[in-house]
Amino acid sequence: MAATTVPENTTKRHAGRPAGPDRRGERRGLSRKVSANLQAYGFLVGAVICFLAFSWYPMVREFIMSFQDKKRGVTSWVGMKNLDRVYHDPFFWTAWKNTAEYTGYALVIGFALPFFVAIILNELRHAQAYLRILVYLPVMLPPVAGGLLFKYFYDPDYGLFDHILKTLHLPTSQWLDSSHTAMISVVIAATWMSMGSATLIYLAALQNIPGELYEAADLDGAGLWSKIWHVTIPQTRMVLSLMLLMQIVATMQEFTNVFVLAGGNGPENSTMTVVYMIYQYGFRYNNLGSAAALGLFLLLVLVVFSGVYTRLSRTSEQDG
Amino acid sequence: MSRIGYRRLVAVALVAGIGLTGAACSSSKNDDSGSKTSSASAGTPLDPKTKVTISVDCEPPTTKKAERKEWIDDVAAFNKIYPNVTVKSKDAFPCEDPAKFTAQLQAGTQTDTFYTYYTDLEQVLDAGQAADISDYVNAKTIPNLAGIDPSVLDVLKDGGKLYGLPTANYKMGLIYNRKIFQEAGLDPNSPPTTWDEVRQDAKVISDKLGSKGITGYMDNSGGNQGGWHLVSEMNGVGVHAVSDDGTKATFDTPETKQVLQTLHDMRWTDKSMPANPGVQWGDVQKAMGTGKIGMYVGAPDDVTLEVQQYHADYKDLGMGPIPGGKIALMGGNDYMFKKSDSPDQIKAGIAWINFKYLTLGKGQFNYPRTKADGLPVGLPEPFFFTGAAKDQDNTLKAASATIPVDNFKAYTGVDTPVLAEPPNAQKVYTVLDTVMSGVLTNKGADIDKLLKTATDQVNQLLAASS
Repeated sequence: MAATTVPENTTKRHAGRPAGPDRRGERRGLSRKVSANLQAYGFLVGAVICFLAFSWYPMVREFIMSFQDKKRGVTSWVGMKNLDRVYHDPFFWTAWKNTAEYTGYALVIGFALPFFVAIILNELRHAQAYLRILVYLPVMLPPVAGGLLFKYFYDPDYGLFDHILKTLHLPTSQWLDSSHTAMISVVIAATWMSMGSATLIYLAALQNIPGELYEAADLDGAGLWSKIWHVTIPQTRMVLSLMLLMQIVATMQEFTNVFVLAGGNGPENSTMTVVYMIYQYGFRYNNLGSAAALGLFLLLVLVVFSGVYTRLSRTSEQDG
Repeated sequence: MSRIGYRRLVAVALVAGIGLTGAACSSSKNDDSGSKTSSASAGTPLDPKTKVTISVDCEPPTTKKAERKEWIDDVAAFNKIYPNVTVKSKDAFPCEDPAKFTAQLQAGTQTDTFYTYYTDLEQVLDAGQAADISDYVNAKTIPNLAGIDPSVLDVLKDGGKLYGLPTANYKMGLIYNRKIFQEAGLDPNSPPTTWDEVRQDAKVISDKLGSKGITGYMDNSGGNQGGWHLVSEMNGVGVHAVSDDGTKATFDTPETKQVLQTLHDMRWTDKSMPANPGVQWGDVQKAMGTGKIGMYVGAPDDVTLEVQQYHADYKDLGMGPIPGGKIALMGGNDYMFKKSDSPDQIKAGIAWINFKYLTLGKGQFNYPRTKADGLPVGLPEPFFFTGAAKDQDNTLKAASATIPVDNFKAYTGVDTPVLAEPPNAQKVYTVLDTVMSGVLTNKGADIDKLLKTATDQVNQLLAASS
């Protein structure tokens, strides 16, 4: 019936695509769907506008700004000058090296520790609920408060950690006040503050492993490490992979902990991360163009990791 | 409802949503910003018939009751002279948060008359936010203009044009704890004036009072504070950090090496410094305020912070000149005027700044009131007046002094030449942080190598900035 209302030439022009009547039917279907869900779309409008205004617009703006400079109130296009400036900054590679170091330490300490804590919690038969709360408690502490707490712990003159080492007649450390130990000290504090979330995710994954697998392993005479290696790790492989990538992306954006604990750049600039350098360009040197350019470098690196993450997420969904 | 009706409804909802978002994001406009026609008469006082509204930041917060009361009283007193001017006060503590200030400048949301640090001029000009007030400032609008130190006004000029009015300033010196000096057997009336003396006194303090957790001297090493302190200290021995044209590093000199060697020896040989150098602003102030250190390089406003925040006693704190005594690094704060201000708003802003900050006996110089409100009188700042104005201010201050003025005699009694912060100051400080932290956190620090690397890096940064 609807076919008669479509001009012939329209059908010819779009040969090979769905015929006119069908598309019109689709449009009607779409209108009906829109009409039926109008209230939902109304609620969505605000969220979409906020998302565009506060997530996408700043990203697009940052991209544009990385090719602009503002002098005496006049914004001009400067091509690659900002990118070149930050690339030739004497601390450019220092910041990347420190960021990689932070990420590396975070993977060695911050990735492995929550997994093992989750395994221990999973094995417990008593007081598991209380211990779960206990492990999660530091996450509820505001990061700045946690950072200040650890700053006290690390103080070489009156801090808790050196006090314990002295009591045990062990050599003390300069912690945050030495370029050799500042970064790892920041990572230890950051791990304590954030490991609760990762632990609970691992615990959930562990509790989904069928008990029969462990029973079968028991029958085969497997010990604790054997069970972890042959049952636990393979069964949680996907969660581990995703958490690993999420952690790489998150730790490469480290700012708060180095800012609060080490004053930003730390002794001999040993804690100057890429994001802290972006902050310096933006808010200390007042050069937003260069800050945006450095952000662009970071974005490119994170896009690679995020691409891997997205691919793994899809695989995970398909497996699930 | 018909399809067309739905479309209209959706369109209206979208437009309303966008409109609301836009309204939320945009800043409000001044309702009565004064006449734009009076720019030709910039140098004349504000016409009393013109109604003007100005927003001004840095009103003390409600937690600072006495300062807040004084601000409100001053606005009322100002309005008796200028009933046509409405001052919309915006409270802030601290008056400027650098990160927030940068964002405000980019968005153009700072107040009509806005607070800045001396070092902000370049940034404000680049953001296109500063009004040229050269034509507005004269002996009629600022009666004490001739009494303001020209070197202070020069800091607020660019290309011969004036962009701000000073409200406070400082020069770096040596803050010391007189009580600790006395306990260590040192003369509290003779603070050290050279680095050799600083080292000697610091060692005496640490040797005698170290068992109580007190060390002789402390310095910063991070958060750009280390670089800032090192520049102050190299200035003290006569070294400029950067060439006058701002293109080259000039700090790799035997005098700078000597200062750094002294700091290194104090930290590692004498152990007259704490094991943890300050990594950010506030660390050394806290140590001094809580009576843990004998000396550090700082500015006089630190003393107020140490008393108010850490309950130190004014009678225990004193100041001497910067060790070396050749040049003192200068800093301070001022008010600027938004470029979009109307001429009458600029005139009204200047009138307010003149009343509140530049008139002897009024506003911040109303010492009897400050004394009655329980706030300290006698600290050596602001000190931007010269000649007769300076003498008059000193007389008025001494008459109402509530703190021992003599504690600061060694600092105020020496007329050390001042120098403004170097061009690209923050970048230079970032690099010099490495030098300071190298010396203060690494026993095996190679000072020659640290200075050479820092020189290369500063040259690289300055070349990239040009």
